[in-house]
Amino acid sequence: MARIEFEKKVLSENDRLAAAIRKDLSERKIFCINLVSSPGSGKTSLLERSLGVLGKEMALGLIAGDVQTENDADRLKAAGGTMVRPIVTGGACHLDARMVTDALKDMPLERLDLLFIENVGNLVCPSSYDLGEDMKVVVISTTEGDDKPLKYPGMFRRSSLMIVNKIDLLGHSEFQLARVKENARTINGDLETIELSCRTGEGTRRWYDWLRQRVSQKRV
Amino acid sequence: MHELRIAENIVSSVQEEMRRRGSSRLRVIGLRIGELTDIVPESLEFGFNILIADTELAGARLEIERVPVQGHCRDCDCEFEVRDLQFLCPNCGGRSIKTICGQELDICFLEIEESIKGEGKTTEVWPG
Repeated sequence: MARIEFEKKVLSENDRLAAAIRKDLSERKIFCINLVSSPGSGKTSLLERSLGVLGKEMALGLIAGDVQTENDADRLKAAGGTMVRPIVTGGACHLDARMVTDALKDMPLERLDLLFIENVGNLVCPSSYDLGEDMKVVVISTTEGDDKPLKYPGMFRRSSLMIVNKIDLLGHSEFQLARVKENARTINGDLETIELSCRTGEGTRRWYDWLRQRVSQKRV
Repeated sequence: MHELRIAENIVSSVQEEMRRRGSSRLRVIGLRIGELTDIVPESLEFGFNILIADTELAGARLEIERVPVQGHCRDCDCEFEVRDLQFLCPNCGGRSIKTICGQELDICFLEIEESIKGEGKTTEVWPG
């Protein structure tokens, strides 16, 4: 019996592809966000609204991942997205860098300013897979438990911004804004927070400004 | 849920390495998995055993070392073990903590029986 050293990252192939995506997007000065959340937190609604406002001032690309159906991609196209690419994972609970590489092949990257990757609704599995994004943005909504950051620390640690959606429903559930922020701060003291409602539009301006700022920083 | 996919990655990496070495018999795959990786070791072993059942790796097992989370405080430069997911510097109370380890998902060693080329025999390099 021999014990041999064999050092290899299990996801090294994914990491290699993600690094290639990151390099390509950086050279083209495209700011890229990997949007993650539980199912039903409002990722697609957030993107629909963002398309309507930001789509007028910059070129947005969207990759919409779903386990089954292209419903989200269809919604985003209906909201005015001209550069929307669906990824149907066929059962896989996350997107990986191979899927994103393939989706980017027929995306007109030379025209893009901002690329959104809408991950599969899941706060566990997507956290292991680097997609070559600049930042992960995690969406949580007021109809969920405010202890989600504690339950899914891997994802909240890796995210740069937490969006708290559905603030128009605050008070209709046990969810407390102060508590979710404190829980998030315990896990990740550097996590920024933006509260908004995709339904009423309240708070969305801060989100657009946050994006505009990052897109212009990336251009420099 | 994604442990099966992770197990597939492990199996294919190890199969490739076994072929490269001309080894036939695998006993153990050593893994290092950080506490922050959202990987459930039991699920990983379950998926692994299903995948290898009818392959040349059948009978091999995983030896998993869990790596505790270590943080580095950006404010005072101190390093500490993060317990109970409290990313709070014990020295200065800082909240801006860089993860130094705890996110590993690595293969680190293999235990194999090495066959000598041309003789089709297996040599015991280490006893046991």
